Amino acid sequence: MVLTSVFSLFLLALVAPLVTRVAGRYAGWVLATVPAGWAVWYAGFIARVGEGEVITPASLVWVDSLGVALSTRVDGLSLMFALLVTGVGALVVAYAGGYLAGHHHLGRFYGYLIAFMASMLGLVVSDNLIAIFIFWELTSVTSFLLIGFGHDRAAARTAALQAMIVTGLGGLALLAGLLLMGVAAGTYEFSEMLEGGITLGDHPLYIGILVLVCLGAFTKSAQFPFHFWLPGAMEAPAPVSAYLHSSTMVKAGVFLLAKFSPVLGGTEEWAWTLQIVGGVTMVYAAFLAARAVYFKRILAFTTVSSLGAMVMLLGVGGPGEAAAMGFLLAHAMYKGTLFMVAGSVEHQTHTKNVEQLSGLMRIMPVTFAAAALGAASMAGVAPFFGFTAKYLMKGPIPEAAAGSFLVIGVMAMGIFMTTAALLVAYKPFVGKPNEAASAGSEAGPALLLGPVVLSVAGLIGGLMPGLFVQPLVASATAAVTGDAPEKALSSSIGMINMGTLLSTSTLAIVLGVVFYAVRDMLRRTTGLMDRLDPMLSGPVVFQRVLSGTLWFGRLQTRLLQNGSLNTYIRTTIIGFIALVLGLGANRLKNAFLWQDAERPSLLGMILVVLLIVSGVAATVFRYRLAAVAALGMAGVASALIFVFYGAPDVAMTQFAIETLTVLIFVLVFYHLPQFTSFTGRMQKFSDWVVSLAFGAVMAGMVMLAVQTDMAPKISGYFSENAVPLAYGRNIINVILVDFRAADTFGEIVVLGIAGVGVAALLSVSGRSQNPTKPDGGVA
Amino acid sequence: MHLLMAITVGMMYATGLYMMLRRSIVKLLIGLVLLSHGSNLLIFTAAGLSEGNPPLIRPGEDGMVGPHTDPLPGALILTAIVISFAILAFACVLVKRGYEEVGTDDQNAMNTTDQ
Repeated sequence: MVLTSVFSLFLLALVAPLVTRVAGRYAGWVLATVPAGWAVWYAGFIARVGEGEVITPASLVWVDSLGVALSTRVDGLSLMFALLVTGVGALVVAYAGGYLAGHHHLGRFYGYLIAFMASMLGLVVSDNLIAIFIFWELTSVTSFLLIGFGHDRAAARTAALQAMIVTGLGGLALLAGLLLMGVAAGTYEFSEMLEGGITLGDHPLYIGILVLVCLGAFTKSAQFPFHFWLPGAMEAPAPVSAYLHSSTMVKAGVFLLAKFSPVLGGTEEWAWTLQIVGGVTMVYAAFLAARAVYFKRILAFTTVSSLGAMVMLLGVGGPGEAAAMGFLLAHAMYKGTLFMVAGSVEHQTHTKNVEQLSGLMRIMPVTFAAAALGAASMAGVAPFFGFTAKYLMKGPIPEAAAGSFLVIGVMAMGIFMTTAALLVAYKPFVGKPNEAASAGSEAGPALLLGPVVLSVAGLIGGLMPGLFVQPLVASATAAVTGDAPEKALSSSIGMINMGTLLSTSTLAIVLGVVFYAVRDMLRRTTGLMDRLDPMLSGPVVFQRVLSGTLWFGRLQTRLLQNGSLNTYIRTTIIGFIALVLGLGANRLKNAFLWQDAERPSLLGMILVVLLIVSGVAATVFRYRLAAVAALGMAGVASALIFVFYGAPDVAMTQFAIETLTVLIFVLVFYHLPQFTSFTGRMQKFSDWVVSLAFGAVMAGMVMLAVQTDMAPKISGYFSENAVPLAYGRNIINVILVDFRAADTFGEIVVLGIAGVGVAALLSVSGRSQNPTKPDGGVA
Repeated sequence: MHLLMAITVGMMYATGLYMMLRRSIVKLLIGLVLLSHGSNLLIFTAAGLSEGNPPLIRPGEDGMVGPHTDPLPGALILTAIVISFAILAFACVLVKRGYEEVGTDDQNAMNTTDQ
């Protein structure tokens, strides 16, 4: 059934354009029923999984010999994500129906969106490492399609490419990491690693695995310095931002780190890497969020910051995992809400800049209510779920290695988050409606459902944690730590001093409000950041690397693919010589020192000298016919060598063919110009050097081949069986027409094709419109 | 003798390659022939040389008696000779046609598909 949920969504993605055509403006509602149904189905597991049960349905064998299977495993962590993917997914599909109403590619959009949903669901329920990777890459690909959905805008195309390259490179690193992990653990099934109690902390490959897996997770979850692709991805329509770039896909990196922490976690390297990268991202992005003015950009930076906090909490370990899971769930709800609110405001008023809006409260009251609930949760105001999450967070951090720094970091994040919350939920809505705001009107039901449901869920989660929040977070934490669910939460709650918590929270909120009040000054005094941030990581470095790669490609093409056949041959041969000499210069040298039992005979020496002389003559003669005559001489000499060394059949063929060759040459050369010399002395000299070096290498190869004993010789078989089996006494003949008759047949076919080719070329020549020379009729 | 033959093979490859590195496409044809001589002799020599005794079974006997030349390289070279002849014939006509169309035998002037 778990696999069915994944594949039914892929199927839905395929038929989505058709459904859109049939159902028209209700398509969003129709399509949303499927993920909503699966959300209800997954919600049915909350109680069972909350008690510590793990659902492992039968797996589907895929590539058995490589240990690849479509196996699934639903533990607390997977269940929480599966609920987010299907639940938020259903709301977003309905929302998209309102947001993109009337768009001529709406059907395609639903297809991409639901294909992403299926990939993400596959990712979170998979147990096999290779299957995880495949779904991981599918989420990158579908994300690329969604960011670039408005493909007629250059900014959208650039942002899509940027996201694709960053997450794609991370994906490659992840693949290597997963393969190493499989090798180190001896299995690609994650559940087998858990059951076997395998921890890789002491394995020699551990550092490699950690670096590669972290690269994959950090690029996907937009950690510093890879954070720049996420604000860029805001080019996507608002439903995509709400879904992929806040609630689900960008959390895939956090998901992976959480999932693997029983196997990879618990080491110094793990703790420091995650704490430092996550902590820096958390503070840095929160600060950028407080400075931004565009709705979605503010939200994008707060998302990056929250992701950093989650990574950092996973690095802290111990009760930190519980905080990470709680924060993750809270964040998905309030950030999904706020992105949809931002989309609604943008859709209704056509304004993206929060500073240019005011007084929307009277025009869009329901949207404002949802925004206020979401923002309160984001700022961590009691009694919202966001407060609970913050509450969980304050416990474990002081215990961590970098504890005091992280406390300050979390504090800073809380301050900037409050400022950002005020920017998105207070600034555009209060005051007197200005011109831009008056142009809008309250959004329709499709645009309201998502924000309202998610923001109310956030409130309920804070007021009545026992309903769904506690079992989900507890079982997800249990999946990460391996403890029993009820123990997982209590240990972290016990560490919190309520007094400090309330005082620090209040302080953060107050300071956030202060920063909000002086935000113009904040932006101006830190204007340097506008230039610094792109330089530190983002577009600038990315563009440099990209254009550098293209430049290198062009250079390489100019050097190697310059269109001259001579250069190609020269490059290939020089490369070959370098390779052979590099690998076996010594062996080649020794090959020449071999003691030969076969004494040189006088006749043999004469023939060899004749062959060499005629070969050289063919290259130096300036007259075509002289060169052809030399060529004929070389052919005869090589035929005589065949006679002398016991291969009369070969010699006879060589004589016949040589005669024909000379004839063809003479006939064709009649139509061709005299030899012309196009190159200078230096070029000729260097070509001779290359050619002689090549000849020397080939001579060495012959000597090596002679000394290689190729026993058992298969020729013995032919000699023994020629008479009994094939009734022939000329063994070469028997091989050609009997033992290897199929080869000979192939050879005849080649000859036939060549003949057809020759005839075709000659007949075209007869019809040529302006022949340079009259056709003499070669055939 | 093997060393002499190896040097001969090397010389055939060297002269063949030199001709293929010329810009005149007619010379490329000559290089092709020299290169195939080199390859034939390479197969022949690599299998080991022995004078006399072709691989022919005398009437009345069921198999070869005494040392004799390996028949397999012979069979391979026979095939190679015929195939290289087919290639050469096709290449010759192609060069002739190319010259008629382009009016030059400089390879570097023949590197575009449009005239």
